Amino acid sequence: MTAAPARIAAKKRLGDTLFSGAALAAGTLILVVLAAVAIFLVAQSIPAFLVDPAEIKGSPDSFWSYVGPLVFGTVWAAALALIIAVPIALGISLFISHYAPRRLAQGLGYTIDLLAAVPSVVYGLWGAGVLAPAIQPFYAWLVDNAGWFPLFTPPVSGTGRTILTVAIVLAVMILPIITALCREVFLQTPKLHEEAALALGATRWEMIRMAVLPFGRPGIISAVMLGLGRALGETMAVAMVLSPAVIISFVLTSSQNPTTIPANIALNYPEAHGIGVNVLIATGLILFVITFAVNSVARWAVSLRKEFSGAN
Amino acid sequence: MSKRIEVRDLDVYYGTFRAVEGVTLTIEPRTVTAFIGPSGCGKSTFIRTLNRMHEVIPGARVDGEVLIDGNNLYGPGVDPVLVRRQVGMVFQRPNPFPTMSIRENVLAGVRLNNTRMPKQEADELVEKSLMGANLWNEVKDRLDKPGSGLSGGQQQRLCIARTIAVSPEVILMDEPCSALDPISTLAIEDLIEELKTEYTIVIVTHNMQQASRVSDKTAFFNIEGTGKPGKLIEYDDTTTIFSNPSVKATEDYVSGKFG
Repeated sequence: MTAAPARIAAKKRLGDTLFSGAALAAGTLILVVLAAVAIFLVAQSIPAFLVDPAEIKGSPDSFWSYVGPLVFGTVWAAALALIIAVPIALGISLFISHYAPRRLAQGLGYTIDLLAAVPSVVYGLWGAGVLAPAIQPFYAWLVDNAGWFPLFTPPVSGTGRTILTVAIVLAVMILPIITALCREVFLQTPKLHEEAALALGATRWEMIRMAVLPFGRPGIISAVMLGLGRALGETMAVAMVLSPAVIISFVLTSSQNPTTIPANIALNYPEAHGIGVNVLIATGLILFVITFAVNSVARWAVSLRKEFSGAN
Repeated sequence: MSKRIEVRDLDVYYGTFRAVEGVTLTIEPRTVTAFIGPSGCGKSTFIRTLNRMHEVIPGARVDGEVLIDGNNLYGPGVDPVLVRRQVGMVFQRPNPFPTMSIRENVLAGVRLNNTRMPKQEADELVEKSLMGANLWNEVKDRLDKPGSGLSGGQQQRLCIARTIAVSPEVILMDEPCSALDPISTLAIEDLIEELKTEYTIVIVTHNMQQASRVSDKTAFFNIEGTGKPGKLIEYDDTTTIFSNPSVKATEDYVSGKFG
């Protein structure tokens, strides 16, 4: 038996030590912050789960029947916003990355980035003050002509401040972030793959479907998730546009609209006291859980076709 | 399936820069033609004009005629997309679509024309194309695995299978072996020898042994200096080019005296 020769470990240089320490600290910090938020939410929520429901605002049957409509409103508004925003965002980013002449593409790119920088309260003002009155006649027309369709059941809202208006405002808000990210992803498509498609006799659209979109799929999902995160958490724009009701309803054009968790917190927090505060925080915990679940599903969806990502 | 290619007085431009000047040559059907020459002499640029891939680069354009069996590729009303379906191309670096399986990669070009191909017909085409590219035995048990999981040489043969699946008339190869090891290179060279019986093949190569091994005719391109256009110096039977060229520059190049 021969003794293994002693291996000399690389010497610790000062720079390496400092940098690895700093990186470790940064990585730890994010976990600590997340844990602190989660502990705060859970600890402050517990009383809300245990309290007699009669003491909750509006005296619901239980905490769950209080939070149910809010969860529904949050998810419904965010989903509508995504349905509106994602196709448009994909269209804009493909136009910028693959269709527009270079100079126009650059200008458009800056404009999109600028849109992302507009504060949400401005979008809220625009939604309540401009969009709602302007779109109300269209809602009235929809309800008159398509009232048989469950989404447009009469009566119509007289102000235009409905969940659909909220969804449109949210869509405008999340459009820039999804567009900007998708554009970057599409620009990363290797020239090699695009040329492979073209050399097979693909038209430009076929080339996009063969090479650009499949290659960008994980990036598109991440971009949509970031947009969804913003839509789920948006407070001001929703609070300013909607006059909320405690209701679960898919109707897009009525004056009775479910509100969202963040808007509900923002509206009620200033006057809340005692157990009311705990109830609001508990709704925040529910929102936290929803966001977490949505992100996990997205990660899982990305990992499904990991083999085919081209990363190997 | 193979066709004759005639190039008449072709100039190739990037914007205002003339990259290749005055090329005239005729490529016979069912032959292998090699383009050799120093880096930057325009041989890759020139080969990309034979399937209109050159114009994919913004500002790139072409003057002159390329006739395939008498039809001018650059004639008015000719759709470059249709040209590329007849003239296949294999690139320098293997580029199977990473998001597709081996099977889907082979069918990628066919699906463009014929999306509703019955499964059995598709299976037969996959087998025939992979057989044709000498890859079938290596991948037949993992057709549903990603094409990017293969070795470099296998990936390049997968790209060749993808190209021949659409039954082109001409196959262009732009330095197909330059990213491969000697064994994979040999496999591709053997394959070129077999493909020659059915297709007209044009290959760009930096490897002069390769040109002398695989080609029937050889074209030597050269430039006078940086910023000058590349020109076709000599075009003749490969044996003549390598043993008894008529131009001094060709002789210097093939014997390794310059470049």
